[in-house]
Amino acid sequence: MVKAMNKMFKGNKKIRLLVISSFVIIVSSVFILLSPGCEESYSSQVVGVERAKLTSAPYVPPPITRKHPTKVIVDLETTEVVKRLADGVEYVFWTFGGDVPGKFIRVREGDEIEFNLHNHPSSKMPHNIDLHAVTGPGGGATSSFTAPGHTSTFSFKAINPGLYVYHCATAPVGLHIANGMYGLILVEPKEGLPPVDREYYIMQSEFYTEGAYGDPGLQPFSQENAVEENPTYVVFNGSVGSLTGDKSLVAKTGERIRLYIGNGGPNLISSFHVIGEIFDKVYGEGGTIVNQTNVQTTLIPAGGSAIVEFSVEVPGTYILVDHSIFRAFNKGAIGMMKVSGDEDLVIYSGKQKEEIYLGSNENQNTDIFSGPITIEQTPETSSDPVHKEETKMDMKAFGKSVYQTTCQACHQANGEGMPNVFPPLAKSDFLNKDKERAIDAVVHGLQGEITVNGKKYNGVMPPQNLNNKQIAAVLTYVYSQWGNSGKTVTEEEVEKVRAKKNLSLK
Amino acid sequence: MKKYNKIPQVRILVYPGKDIRLFQYLFLFLIILITSALFAQKKSDMVLIPSGFYEPLFKSDTDQKIKIEKFYLDTYPVTNEEFLEFVKENPQWSRSKVKKIFADESYLRKWKSDFELGENVNPKAPVTNVSWFAAKAYAEWKGKRLPTVAEWEYVISSEKNVKKISEWYSKLSPDKIPSVGSTEKNPFGVYDMYGLIWEWTYDFNTSLVTGESRGDGELERNMFCGSGSSQSKNVDDYPAFMRFGYRSSLKANYTTHNLGFRCAKDYN
Repeated sequence: MVKAMNKMFKGNKKIRLLVISSFVIIVSSVFILLSPGCEESYSSQVVGVERAKLTSAPYVPPPITRKHPTKVIVDLETTEVVKRLADGVEYVFWTFGGDVPGKFIRVREGDEIEFNLHNHPSSKMPHNIDLHAVTGPGGGATSSFTAPGHTSTFSFKAINPGLYVYHCATAPVGLHIANGMYGLILVEPKEGLPPVDREYYIMQSEFYTEGAYGDPGLQPFSQENAVEENPTYVVFNGSVGSLTGDKSLVAKTGERIRLYIGNGGPNLISSFHVIGEIFDKVYGEGGTIVNQTNVQTTLIPAGGSAIVEFSVEVPGTYILVDHSIFRAFNKGAIGMMKVSGDEDLVIYSGKQKEEIYLGSNENQNTDIFSGPITIEQTPETSSDPVHKEETKMDMKAFGKSVYQTTCQACHQANGEGMPNVFPPLAKSDFLNKDKERAIDAVVHGLQGEITVNGKKYNGVMPPQNLNNKQIAAVLTYVYSQWGNSGKTVTEEEVEKVRAKKNLSLK
Repeated sequence: MKKYNKIPQVRILVYPGKDIRLFQYLFLFLIILITSALFAQKKSDMVLIPSGFYEPLFKSDTDQKIKIEKFYLDTYPVTNEEFLEFVKENPQWSRSKVKKIFADESYLRKWKSDFELGENVNPKAPVTNVSWFAAKAYAEWKGKRLPTVAEWEYVISSEKNVKKISEWYSKLSPDKIPSVGSTEKNPFGVYDMYGLIWEWTYDFNTSLVTGESRGDGELERNMFCGSGSSQSKNVDDYPAFMRFGYRSSLKANYTTHNLGFRCAKDYN
């Protein structure tokens, strides 16, 4: 190589010298950059002591900026508490830190963690912790087995970076996990993760109750349903609606978002998807390599995790679901991210045009509800008007809880639906005009084009898995809200419609 | 001489006349009646558990059902007032005197003081926050002993409705534990085997170790994750797993808010 250069610059010794010396400098600097010596900016010496900041979902402790490992003290308390699983539904949760999922722990590769597990004196059960980030028998479970009113301490070194699940592993282990004992620990690689604008913590899991979905009251654990892997609830962050409405995740257009997603199981694998977003990067299974870009849905195993990153360009509400979709629609696996900011009509235009499409068969009736439908209005008579009013109040309260668990995800808390997708229930002419048709839509589902308040909708509403009482209550509630007609729907009316065939198929 | 003088006096007192002698016989008869009634009462405090076989939750090398000889078991767990009596007579077991190796800091912590229950403690509720050492000392003071794990599990296994047992385990512990006898009667005739408290057993720490050593590494004493289930006779008996798990988490000086005990006695 040098010979060739000698030939090239035969004429000018000065230039030759300059080129050779600069070549040497470049080569040696490349060597320095690539050599292990480069890592010397990250010390492996454990320096100092700090107490870990723990956060409850959906929040994540701030990124670690240390260039060296340290000793980190983690204090985590196991408690058994009664909390809300869905509206009107309670459950005895066993927790790491009082909430499901457990506290988010963030440490750095090489850190030495002193872990103190405190089991609250009021606990009925002994508990322990198996951190998948621990290298050693039981992941800490054997060393952290703790009777009520006691504390266990053990230490480990965070050798492997990644996003790890932790859980209680006391026998019967399935029960301790099914009752809510899981969370995430992030071991940041020593060079850190690329900066983003927002980070959130989401954990999916299932609950197995004796009662059906939405059955009110304190629901006991169903061992039978758990063994059959037939959950009553599939939820994000420990309860139905923990990430919707006021509790939705928030972001602004143009921001980069990173989600740390865990799956506590105990049984199901999650098909995690954000409606209307594409994951720019996925750290598959919570490892440290971006092993895929441009992903629509990522699988998260039970007892596993994933890190996804995406940027939000268009304002609006993005729905987080387990795309094993009946879990989202019927079991609660729904969350929301509300993005505020300016529209970008190039990336997403919104609906630009709407016109009639007759299809190949011109005789097909495009307005499925234009046919003659006669409705018998059930006379509302009662000898005891006071009692009747009370009953209606109870019905409304019950109906509200049904609405929140079943209808709100699409029709929204204010009954206004979502433009062009989910029709409004608030001041809805379609709803108020025809009670039987409204009952029918809930009982048998509704499909095809309809016109609500002058706007056309063409979607699918599946039949709702609700009993007559729930349907009567929820419709009575809906009719009582948002400027609607205030009609009452009875169980008998629902039964009458249920007995008939689907109106939309007539 | 004085003695002689006294004897006739006594005779006069005891046998002053024929009528009173009859009354005396009646009195003696009454005493016999009362003492026998008391004895009967004493017996009904305990139930004779018939002999039978208990199949351990965890199979060992010998893998045999365990023969349970007939024995007496307390009908109810030991109550606060009963334990208070014991502490009064054995002040070395009072809260301030007890040695820490025999009972940890929360020993009898709900009591008002060493020898007072206080208004917040139900005297008829089972005593809790007692260590294994204290429970064993109480049993010995009563001329009894603690039941073995096998005996205890044999008695609860007479209740076939496991789901009913599960219900208690999946509820929170109430702040105030109800009085003994407030739960259902077991088929053997004892009360409160579940639904009130956990109970100490004589060999609580041997459920998964062969010898005395607590650190026996060969067997999974702690039963973490699935390891507890691999040798189980019945993986569906969740309450049994919980009990064995609970016992394994204890040390003999531990005390907790819902751990009490009852006593047993050999038949002979």
